[in-house]
Amino acid sequence: MPKTLLRLSVNGEDHDLAAAPHKTLLEVLREEMGLTGTKHGCELGECGTCTVLVDGRPVLSCLALPIELEGRAITTVEGLASAGRLHPLQQAFAELGAAQCGYCTPGILLTARALLADNPRPTRQEVREALAGNLCRCTGYTKILDAVELAALRCAGGA
Amino acid sequence: MRGAGKERFTVVGQPLPKIDAWAKVTGETRFADDLSLPRMAYGKLLRSPHPHALIRRIDTARARARPGVYGVLTGFDLPRVKFGILPVSQDEEALCTEKVRMVGDAVAAVAAVDEETAERATELIDVEYEVLPPLMSIEDALGRPEVRIHEYGDGPNVHKAVSLEFGDVESAFARADLVREDVFYFEGNTHLPMEQHCALALWGPDGKLTLWSSTQTPHYVHRLLGRILDVPPAHIRVIATPNGGGFGGKLDPFAHEIAACKLSQVIGRPVKITLTREEVFYVHRGRHPVLMWVRTGVTRQGEILGMHFRTWLDGGAYGSYGVASTFYTGALQTVTYRVPAYKFEGARIFTNKPPCGPKRGHGTPQPRFALECHLDKIAGELGLDPADMRRRILAEPFTKTANHLTVTTIGLGECIDRVVLASGWRDKVGQLPPGRGIGIACSSYLTGAGSAIYWNDMPHSGVVVRADRSGGVAVLCGAIDVGQGSDSILAYLVAEVLGIDPKDIRVHAADTDLTPVDLGSYSSRVTLMCGNAAIQAAERLRGLLLGTVAAKLGVAAEALAARGRRIGLPDDPDRSVSFAEAVVLAESIHGVLAVPGSYAPPKRAGKYKGGGVGPSPCYSYTACVVELEVDRETGGVRIDDVWIAHDVGRALNPLLVEGQVEGSVYMGIGEALMEEQVFRKGLHKAPSLLEYKSPTTLETPEIHTILVETDDPEGPFGAKEAGQGPLLPVIPAIANAVHDAIGVRIDEIPITPDKILKALARKREGKPARIGPERLPRFAFPAPRLVESAFGQPADRVAARPFQGGAGGPP
Repeated sequence: MPKTLLRLSVNGEDHDLAAAPHKTLLEVLREEMGLTGTKHGCELGECGTCTVLVDGRPVLSCLALPIELEGRAITTVEGLASAGRLHPLQQAFAELGAAQCGYCTPGILLTARALLADNPRPTRQEVREALAGNLCRCTGYTKILDAVELAALRCAGGA
Repeated sequence: MRGAGKERFTVVGQPLPKIDAWAKVTGETRFADDLSLPRMAYGKLLRSPHPHALIRRIDTARARARPGVYGVLTGFDLPRVKFGILPVSQDEEALCTEKVRMVGDAVAAVAAVDEETAERATELIDVEYEVLPPLMSIEDALGRPEVRIHEYGDGPNVHKAVSLEFGDVESAFARADLVREDVFYFEGNTHLPMEQHCALALWGPDGKLTLWSSTQTPHYVHRLLGRILDVPPAHIRVIATPNGGGFGGKLDPFAHEIAACKLSQVIGRPVKITLTREEVFYVHRGRHPVLMWVRTGVTRQGEILGMHFRTWLDGGAYGSYGVASTFYTGALQTVTYRVPAYKFEGARIFTNKPPCGPKRGHGTPQPRFALECHLDKIAGELGLDPADMRRRILAEPFTKTANHLTVTTIGLGECIDRVVLASGWRDKVGQLPPGRGIGIACSSYLTGAGSAIYWNDMPHSGVVVRADRSGGVAVLCGAIDVGQGSDSILAYLVAEVLGIDPKDIRVHAADTDLTPVDLGSYSSRVTLMCGNAAIQAAERLRGLLLGTVAAKLGVAAEALAARGRRIGLPDDPDRSVSFAEAVVLAESIHGVLAVPGSYAPPKRAGKYKGGGVGPSPCYSYTACVVELEVDRETGGVRIDDVWIAHDVGRALNPLLVEGQVEGSVYMGIGEALMEEQVFRKGLHKAPSLLEYKSPTTLETPEIHTILVETDDPEGPFGAKEAGQGPLLPVIPAIANAVHDAIGVRIDEIPITPDKILKALARKREGKPARIGPERLPRFAFPAPRLVESAFGQPADRVAARPFQGGAGGPP
């Protein structure tokens, strides 16, 4: 299939690239842009692994078409840290052991970031509900919930 | 340093971040599918749509002709050698040539310019099959001996049948106050790592092969490729990439790895094959479905006098680790409680389903479920508190079991006490309102298999520690981190011994060209075996550094300490040198500072056939209490709290140990309540992450983890395993809590709402309130091998093991 020219805004930078129009955002990020931080778990929209943010909202990149996302702000895990400073979520995940194999981690970090943007001090149950679409097979979620709570506390200047 | 209190340690025991935590939270960790090479082609496998069929003809002409296709392979392009992970079960072909034995068996492979082209091309391969009757269950397979899945084994469709008796079980039953029999079934389930398997092969123009693969066992893959490809093993390099979860699912050599290698040779390009999620469900090698029968004779106080355990395993289409799995369904019953006389019979049956193999707990969660529910029923019959009864009948530390396993430290008594206290057990058991229940179960697990899968006298684990003039240290080890933190553990141990910071250490793992062999990330062996090897290597290096610094300072080496990145007199900072200076001094005298450490377990296998499965340097112990609520309208189970106490010997990093325990609890809950690998006419009923139910954040309760330390003499600084054992008691604790809640017994895993509703209906109708297997297969086990029971024999406190002395180290 012939390629289409696209301009995507990813992590604050505009990128001009060519991709077949049926390629998913997941494929374009990983294969055309080399942003392999976004992982795939099913490519059917079932596991949350490939979550990125589009205009701050969590989107499953395996179900999104780049051609529909021109002009929108796409954020991947590579864009979570700024100027070498980790996002408080990243810092908390690292400190508390919330990433074991780390494969689901990028999607969970981005989902959690969207949650904290909406709801800076979520209850544990609210964190559970926000992350219910992201499967993790390693951690039992406990340390993930702890890390989101710690990051929320730190963002609010509490620790 | 052994036996030292925690205050002696600076790194060990600290809740430090993993050394790779930063890479994992920024997306920098490169998993296999994140790799790409110039000119790389993409591979796809064509898989059988039939569960059982003869291959009459394969025609690849149309696929070859498709634009963008670089090459097409069938099994006829590969050396015609069958393989399998265990030497006794060489029954697989990467690409089947004569017969397919399951839906998903690979028959051809394509490499093309992109994944889509490769997939389209597989659809252009014409395969003519002659369909055979599929055998989809143990009963089918035993009932139709004229249909043979394989031509080898211990009988028609019987892969392996074993029978062992340690002591006189019948006379124990004759002396018992109560003899009870129960039957249980544990449905199969799968590992479901979030990362799908991936292999990238590069067959270079120099005739040398490099394979990057998401494997848990680079060494075994290396051995296998050398045997089944036309290339000497010395010219093969296997690099395991960080595993995005494994849980045992990446422990076999796989068709896609072999096909990627061969395709790369044929087309002269690197080839990557990444499995789809659906393929991962079919590749499987997960939890065996096991039907179990157990009879136990006990005294009025619940003291076990004798036990007879029978298992029937639905093995699926190939051997895989199945012979070991079969023995494991009988091996560890004796390690938890005192069992003076023990008889075990087990049989693994071939069926036309994806092969089962090792999943977290390998062969032991199923009998553990059966045993712990069985004990609960016994306690009920005797009118005993199930926690107290278990507490009284624990195995004795530093003794041998009936089946000749040597047990060292046992922290299970403390584990029981602490979960009983933390959960408020005494105020709850039998006293919660209707619909709410509480249950307890205990378990034990290996800290590393005592035997390699092939017999040899070499180390099971090797580590090289190399000190750089900068003061940095490289740790080279063949083990691959599967998320459990093995790289970090190596760094902590070496840092502890050398008195430096874990940040000063880089771990280079799992590259068969560069790293000493480690057998693989399985059987909870890595912390203990690689850890002991790392300590040995680091202590040898420290010896060189201390000796050199002692000579310079004019003091005895014994007076020196390595601490805080300095080596010198501990109480005189002026008489010390920096670690980096010490390295320069030592390298000036000794030359390159690259020091090996080796580990092999003590040789303690029982002297009987089958005695190689079960021995371990030491065993971890766990007790678990679950509190839950059953919705009697819907049959749904909501788990509210899990209290779990785990004897980990010593928590080298409590944060990581807790993570292993919490992950085990989570996985146990999934197995107990929802996960099942079931088939309809050969097809997986739920081969997707949506249909195959696994717990989300909403089904995973609060987990209260308690770590118990026993400082085991076999472990690195006293540590035992944590990655698998804590899964084991969760499943029966849930089943026992369901019984406490609604008075019905679900003797079949998973405990799904339909089973609960059916059991409640039976209870209302006055029928036995039990759901579980109603009958057992007609099967004659071989006559038992009679072995004297070793129960109660004392074990050495410190066992001799190979490579312990100075040999192999520097002068």
